[in-house]
Amino acid sequence: MPVTDKEVALSERIEAFLAELKRGGSGAGTLRGSGETARETTALLRRITGQAQWSSAGDLMEIIRKEGRRMMATQPSETTVGNMVRRVLKIIREEYARLRGSSEVTDQQESLHQLLTSGGLSEENFGQHFKDLRANVIEAINELLTELEATTDHIAMQALEHIHSNEVIMTIGRSRTVEAFLKDAALKRKFHVIVAECAPFCQGHEMATSLSEAGIETTVIADAAIFAVMSRVNKVIIGTQTVLANGGLRAVNGTHTLALAARHHSTPLIVCAPMFKLSPQFHNEEDTFHKFVSPHEVLPFTEGEILSKVNVYCPVFDYVPPELITLFISNIGGNAPSYTYRLMSELYHPEDHEL
Amino acid sequence: MADADETSKQAERNTNVGDGIAVKKQDIARAKNEGKELTKDEKQRLRKEKKQQKKNKKDDKGESEHENVPLPPSQAVVQCQSQKAPSVAPSLALTPVSVCTSEKPAKSKAEQRAERRARQEADRAAKGKKGESAQQPPSGKSKAPPNELQPVVKRLPEHVQVDDPAAVRKLAKKLERQQIPVRSEYGYKVSLFSHLHQYSRKAPLTQQISIPSTVIHPYIVRLGLQYSQGIVAGSNARSIALLHAFQKVIQDYKTPPNEELSRDLVNKLKPYISYLNQCRPLSASMGNAIKYVKKEISNIPCLCKEEEAKKQLLSCIDNYIKEKITLAATTISAYAIEKISNGDVILVYGCSSLVNHILCDAFDKKRKFSVIVVDSRPRLEGREALRRLVKKGICCTYVLISAVSYILPEVSKVFLGAHALLANGYVMSRVGTSQIALVAKAYNVPVLVCCETYKFCERVQTDSFVSNELGNQYT
Repeated sequence: MPVTDKEVALSERIEAFLAELKRGGSGAGTLRGSGETARETTALLRRITGQAQWSSAGDLMEIIRKEGRRMMATQPSETTVGNMVRRVLKIIREEYARLRGSSEVTDQQESLHQLLTSGGLSEENFGQHFKDLRANVIEAINELLTELEATTDHIAMQALEHIHSNEVIMTIGRSRTVEAFLKDAALKRKFHVIVAECAPFCQGHEMATSLSEAGIETTVIADAAIFAVMSRVNKVIIGTQTVLANGGLRAVNGTHTLALAARHHSTPLIVCAPMFKLSPQFHNEEDTFHKFVSPHEVLPFTEGEILSKVNVYCPVFDYVPPELITLFISNIGGNAPSYTYRLMSELYHPEDHEL
Repeated sequence: MADADETSKQAERNTNVGDGIAVKKQDIARAKNEGKELTKDEKQRLRKEKKQQKKNKKDDKGESEHENVPLPPSQAVVQCQSQKAPSVAPSLALTPVSVCTSEKPAKSKAEQRAERRARQEADRAAKGKKGESAQQPPSGKSKAPPNELQPVVKRLPEHVQVDDPAAVRKLAKKLERQQIPVRSEYGYKVSLFSHLHQYSRKAPLTQQISIPSTVIHPYIVRLGLQYSQGIVAGSNARSIALLHAFQKVIQDYKTPPNEELSRDLVNKLKPYISYLNQCRPLSASMGNAIKYVKKEISNIPCLCKEEEAKKQLLSCIDNYIKEKITLAATTISAYAIEKISNGDVILVYGCSSLVNHILCDAFDKKRKFSVIVVDSRPRLEGREALRRLVKKGICCTYVLISAVSYILPEVSKVFLGAHALLANGYVMSRVGTSQIALVAKAYNVPVLVCCETYKFCERVQTDSFVSNELGNQYT
């Protein structure tokens, strides 16, 4: 098949996106929020749907899966990419089912009866060609994009339900979602925020500056003082990088300590996470759970004479088990960590868990 | 305390008039109802009474020195002016040391205070055991009331009363009297810590002292500067530096004429201690060392010659350092090495001289283990520990405290040092130690705390807010 200009342009786009992912993934570079990554991924997938050559839903899904695997391999820790790919795959299945007219939606849920009788749905090969499929899928992806743009606002709208006046709230590192959450509450209520700086990158400093510009009384503390200060804190509100399938978190390092200290003092731990961060992975499934960056932030090269004899680690993420979490606040409302499995079954199709 | 004093005096006054228990009750009730406020007239009357009683006391004290009469309750109140301090003093936990000796002719302020307290105790004893016969030995009787009726009244340390202007003024006056510069406070204060000092770091305290300083010995000035700049840091190091400085002070000391070494030297040390406290708040170990030195000084017999006395003091201090610090470290190390087995991965936090000593000893005894050093901003003291261990040849890993959840599954034991051990069993140490212990508990890793006994202190505390030292926020 002759390579058209459109296809060249498309593959260039994809390459550019992959390069961005790879560069932006390290902790030291300019950090893009996960929301941005999610939006860009979805936009790219829409472009692929629009411009790539495909005739049936099955073909399209195959293309998207292939590109998705490439994107995920570039930056395994950036799970929003994989989540968006799975969402789009689910959209394609739904649109296909709607066009076919069957009540596929219920069939696709694995029920005990189906497991016994039909022996799986993999007979469905999505081979039928529908004219409107492309347009429908693109429209659905547009809806998804709108939803993504509004997630932060939806979460921030719930702030006043959870923060009362004269509270002392603790947070760690920098999360745009939590920032918006607190700023929204600060419009109506007066409270005090303590930010743990989260070494070695100290993103807590930026968070504190941004919050104090919004008129919130903020205090920055060192990571070592988290437990010491916890006795004074009423609530802990944090953001996260990923929400795992069991309701646990993959969050910035130091969060596990924060969660343990909160449990010790019986302080509620609230996680503000939009739905696109929910990922069907478990924490000990892959070796790529932990990500390490250059340890020169921890022990600089100026300490030359001991550097060669010492092992230095600088992990970026922490695992927080679901028992330590009180509540998830997402764009569709508040949920208990034990409810995560339901949310996942609504967002993703079980066959897409493994791309 | 003063108010209780005054109410007891009121009670006294009324019984002196000859009324019975009814009047006493009235007064007590009134004092209780009014809270602790007395009108101006009463205050004036009380002041006059006090002066009168002081005069009477001086006469009485001269007459009967060693009277140990078991007094009946009501009589105890009336005759409490002549009640001897020695009979009650041993049971009071708070009286200063100087009261023990009753053969001193002149009365120090401490003794007067003790007598006032003695009167209070007797008062309360009287109220509490009205019908009881007075045949019990007074020491037995007076020992019981303090424990049952009266809670031990402690003076709050001033460093947790910064939000009380009266306390701050009192401190300023005391420093002025001792001619020590007051440390300036920082302009914008964090409201969470408004009860603690938040000092400005712009200029060190020593810049306000004139050179040459007549009040403060130059070694002490240097020591204070080393403390405030963090050059000498760590509980043991600070105590040893303090004791060495005291040795120098004692060596250079000359008793002024008409003064006794035992009393004058203690008074000389007081402004030094205030100055060091201003440079950096005293640690529990330093506090205990100072108590020991003061006790040794005041135990010097007055007939001792100056040279002998000085030699004795110097050797006492040397013994203290040898016993409480050096030998203690060796003993603790011997116990701790039994807990280290081959193949252990040991986690340490920050730089504790004792823990480093233990690890180096264990390495010398050919134990095979590796160490993980956890460090925290902003002080980054762990790097010092890392250097020492690497120099010794121990295999080390280094992480920041936020990575401790990641690294703990590999750890078999945690060794922590302590700054002080409190009376309720809590350990006070560098900030972050409690976090390490918390996460270690979550992973079921045993935590061992190593602490010499001279760091034990009688304070109690349950959280890190009520009493603390605030460091430099601009590193």
